[in-house]
Amino acid sequence: MWRNSQQHYGHISITLHWLVALLVFGMFGLGLWMVELDYYHGWYQRAPDLHKSIGITLFDIMVLRLFWRYSNPRPAPLASLASWEKRLSGWLHVFFYPLLFVLMLSGYLISTADGRAIAVFDLFRVPATLTSIPDQEDIAGLVHQWLAYTLIGLVALHALAALKHHFLDRDGTLTRMLRGKP
Amino acid sequence: MNRKPFLATLLAAVLALPGLAPAADYVIDTEKAHAFIQFRISHLGFSWLLGRFNEFSGSFSYDENKPEASRVEITIDPASIDSNHAERDRHLRGEDFLYTSKYPEARFVSTSYTATGEDSGVLTGKLTLRGVTREIDIDVKQTGHGKDPWGGYRRGFEGSTTLTLADYGIDYNLGPAARQVEMFLSIEGIRQ
Repeated sequence: MWRNSQQHYGHISITLHWLVALLVFGMFGLGLWMVELDYYHGWYQRAPDLHKSIGITLFDIMVLRLFWRYSNPRPAPLASLASWEKRLSGWLHVFFYPLLFVLMLSGYLISTADGRAIAVFDLFRVPATLTSIPDQEDIAGLVHQWLAYTLIGLVALHALAALKHHFLDRDGTLTRMLRGKP
Repeated sequence: MNRKPFLATLLAAVLALPGLAPAADYVIDTEKAHAFIQFRISHLGFSWLLGRFNEFSGSFSYDENKPEASRVEITIDPASIDSNHAERDRHLRGEDFLYTSKYPEARFVSTSYTATGEDSGVLTGKLTLRGVTREIDIDVKQTGHGKDPWGGYRRGFEGSTTLTLADYGIDYNLGPAARQVEMFLSIEGIRQ
C-alpha cells in the first residue's frame, strides 16, 4: 500500500513523483518569468525569493525521495515493453536524479556566491558554503540555465513516452504511476 | 681629464631648474590598490547604491610646468563590477547593463587637459563603454605628490564625472532618479 512492490508503486512513491513533477514544472515557469520582470514589477523581489525557497524545499523532497527509492523494491518495467523502450527509459531515469541535484546545487551557488544565506519562506536560512570561486555566480548561472532546459527536454520526452504507452500501446505504464495497485 | 665632476655638476644644475624638468610618466598603482574607480547611483530616489570596478590598469603623464600636456589612459574590465551583491553583479554584467560578454573592455583616453586652478582642472577624453565612444569631461583635483617612504615618487589625483546610462545604450528602467551614474576616481601613480 504505502511501500512499493515488485510490480507496483506505493502511495509514497506516487505522491513524491507527482509532487516533484509539479514543482519542477512550476519552478521552470517561475524561473523563466522572474528573470524577465521589470524592475518596478511587484514580483521583482518576491519571485526570486519564492524560487529559492521552493528550490530548497524541492531539494529536501528529493533527498527523501532518494532515500525512499533505495529502501523500496523498484517495480520492474512492464513485460510488454520492447527491449529498446526498456533501455531508453532506463537511461532517461538514470539522468533525472543527478541532473536535478546538480541543477539545484547550481542555483544555490548563484545565490550564495557572495556569502549570503538563502532565506526559505522566512522560516529558516540555508548558509553559504562554497563562495568566492572566480566568476562563481556567472558560471553557476549558465549551468543552472542550461541544465534547466535539458531537464525540461527530458521531462517532455518522459511525458510523451507515458502518453504513448497510455493512448497508443494502452498498457499500464501511466496508470500504475497514478493509482498504484490496479 | 676626468669628466665626471663636470657631468655631475651639469646634471645637478639641470635638475635644480624646475622649468627644465621633463614630463614624467606614472603607472597607476593598481598592483597595491592605491587606485579606485567607484560609482554611485540612486536607488529609486531613496538612497545611494555604491559600487566599484575592481580590475583596471593605466598610466598618466604629468608635467608640473605644463599641466595642459597631461595625458591619461585607463583600461577597465567592466566584468569586475562589484556592488557587494553577486546576483546584482551578475545582472549588471548581463545584456541589460554592461553586456560584458560582448563588450569585455572599457577605456578612457584623454585628449586634453585644461587647468582651472593650481591643482585642479578639467580632463577631457574619450570614454568607450559598452561599445559606445563618447567625449566626457572629468573634473580633476590633484590630491598630493612627493617621495614615498620606499624610494619612489608618487602623485595622486581624484576625479569625478556623471554619465547618462542611455548614452551608452543602457536603457533598462531603474526609475527616473537613476538615469545617471556618478563616477568617482581616486588615482595614485608611481613615477617610472
